[in-house]
Amino acid sequence: MDRVNANPLLKPNCQGDTANSPLTLETINQMSPTAKQSTIIEPPRGWLKLNLGEIWRYRDLLYLLARRDISTRFRQSVIGYGWAILRPLLTAAIFTLVFSVFVKVETEVPYPIFAFAGLMPWLYFANSLTDVTSSIVGGGPLLTKVYFPRLVLPLAKIGVGLVELALQFLVLFGLLIYYSYAPGWQILLVPVFVLVTVVTALAFGIWLTALNVKYRDVGMAVPFLIQIWMYLCPIVYPITMVPEQFRTIYAINPMVGVIEGFRWALLGTQHPNWTMVGVSLAVMSVILITGVAYFRKVETSFADII
Amino acid sequence: MTYSIQIENLSKRYRLGLTHAGSIRDLANRLARRLIGRGETKIAPLSHDPDRVDGEHFWALRNIQFTVNQGEVVGIIGKNGAGKSTLLKLLSRITFPTAGRIEMVGRVASLLEVGTGFHPELTGRENVFLNGTILGMTRQEISRQLDAIVDFAGVGKFLDTPVKRYSSGMTVRLGFAVAAHLDPEILIVDEVLAVGDIEFQNRCIGKMKSVAESGKTVLFVSHNLASIKTLTTRTIVLSGGKMIFDGPTAEGVTRYVAENMIADTGQQSIADAKRTLTGLDQNLQMTDLGLRGLDGHGTLPADGRFQVSVTVRANSDCGEFLVGMTVYSQDKTPIGSTFSDPLSPPQCGQSRTYELVATFPLAPGRYHCGISLTSLRSAGRELHDSLDDVIPFEVSATSIVDDLRTGQWSAAWGYYRLNGLKETVHS
Repeated sequence: MDRVNANPLLKPNCQGDTANSPLTLETINQMSPTAKQSTIIEPPRGWLKLNLGEIWRYRDLLYLLARRDISTRFRQSVIGYGWAILRPLLTAAIFTLVFSVFVKVETEVPYPIFAFAGLMPWLYFANSLTDVTSSIVGGGPLLTKVYFPRLVLPLAKIGVGLVELALQFLVLFGLLIYYSYAPGWQILLVPVFVLVTVVTALAFGIWLTALNVKYRDVGMAVPFLIQIWMYLCPIVYPITMVPEQFRTIYAINPMVGVIEGFRWALLGTQHPNWTMVGVSLAVMSVILITGVAYFRKVETSFADII
Repeated sequence: MTYSIQIENLSKRYRLGLTHAGSIRDLANRLARRLIGRGETKIAPLSHDPDRVDGEHFWALRNIQFTVNQGEVVGIIGKNGAGKSTLLKLLSRITFPTAGRIEMVGRVASLLEVGTGFHPELTGRENVFLNGTILGMTRQEISRQLDAIVDFAGVGKFLDTPVKRYSSGMTVRLGFAVAAHLDPEILIVDEVLAVGDIEFQNRCIGKMKSVAESGKTVLFVSHNLASIKTLTTRTIVLSGGKMIFDGPTAEGVTRYVAENMIADTGQQSIADAKRTLTGLDQNLQMTDLGLRGLDGHGTLPADGRFQVSVTVRANSDCGEFLVGMTVYSQDKTPIGSTFSDPLSPPQCGQSRTYELVATFPLAPGRYHCGISLTSLRSAGRELHDSLDDVIPFEVSATSIVDDLRTGQWSAAWGYYRLNGLKETVHS
């Protein structure tokens, strides 16, 4: 609470270059002796600059919106954040029953750990994608009343899942101890894969939330999409069950690389096929860049449409 | 003098109809049409104003241009649909202009609502921080002012209680308290003050006044002419998306009232006036009614002199009669009644116009009348004729506010400005 921040509105934007910048709205440092901040509002034109500086200036808002979601997520529920643990644990139990006891799926590691380690990034992705998709339409009351960089809304939604993920790590370590399974040095790479998971959820979410403003059909489709998407990811089955010749195509689904890498980092299983991880990352990057560009292009009309 | 806000040729155009909100089906339809080479279906214009509708587009604002100097307090008034909200949204950067440019120099705070972003599950404290950052403060600034904010809102004990347990009054007070501690250089305010009880409204007006007097630039958008008059010196009147006036507030308010009243001025037709009472013998019949002495804007002058002319036709011979008149408020509450002296009727088959005068020291607001003719002999039991909902008129805030040292007339004070309450002089 006591971190010293300059006021977001007082702090001049130091990315000068106002003469031919295609910005809709820019906050520039006026060169007058008063050196007051000046706000210029003009019709949007062309593709807009990312302007991450502005989002940085609104980091307090980002933080508080994320905290609002975190602290209200499980209010008035008895189990509270226990749900964050219970859901993957029960899912992993059912998967173990079905895919290890009924259908004998061969895995390198005990199936419960295998499933749980796969479910962690997946559940994070699925929940965050849902939240991010509804963030703009859900933020309507805010959008129509006050200005802030619109990207703050989807960005604020990725925090809740991270808290849940942190709790799930505790459970996973419990499971690892139970099965006397020691992770390797790769565990140091887990944060990298967490980051990749977050970015993947954002990449898809930013596209979907921007589309959802105009086409509410998107909001209807996402839960269904997530349902079928799960079976296209190596969560309940190991990637070795996917025929060799299809694996590169299979990896177009960016979550394939994410889950494989995540599981490898956590459990030290057979290292993932780096070509597949590369394909996944490339697809994810394209989706992220185009998503942010599309978002920036349509964000000026959000308030008019909602 | 340096300017705070400069607006050049500002226009905002919206698309008509539902095309904006489309669905996949709509998109598919449009794509299909484009492929076939047919144009899009025309959408019937919502507005009949040809100036504002352009094909399937609607100009919410057109060529707005003005400059506000530093420290000026400017009011923006206009009817519903005049473009006030659009202008406010453009200035607040919620929506973007179709053409033109706005430049604002200094830290801007725009207040379109009290308590934006309040979450019912969060405590008062959490909401103060959230609302404050939404309005552009940093957490550090809020921490510094937290005590003052809590004090102003008067919610001390409940600071760590979820806002959903607050009364609506407390919630509004907390929201306003945050806004009151924003300390911007340019303040843009909507009619957020129209909420809350009288005491709270007066407090808001007081706060606004002190902001206005502290040399800040204020843009104040309101319907409330009395607060516009107390707070601002300069007023911009919007009508049909255009700026029709920019100048001294007193003049601007008059222009606005004139704009607003056009539909009501002129002779009141009684051809379709209602006669709800039964047992009217129609021996005497009202054929025309008029309200005279309005100040040209359909409003009653400040002294409340009410001149009504009643044209009566005699359908048969009858004795002397009285004209009774009841004034109703807009919500049809009877305010009071008055009766004429005994009048002698016109000859059978003839008409005559009676000019009647009364003084009603009414509070600002809209009123209408009911008028009856009764025979003198029957002591009010026999009605010749009775008309409901006639002679609408308005007592404007402008005509009253000048001699009201209280600033504005509150609806809670009633409909009458009573006389008296003078200090007695002891010799």
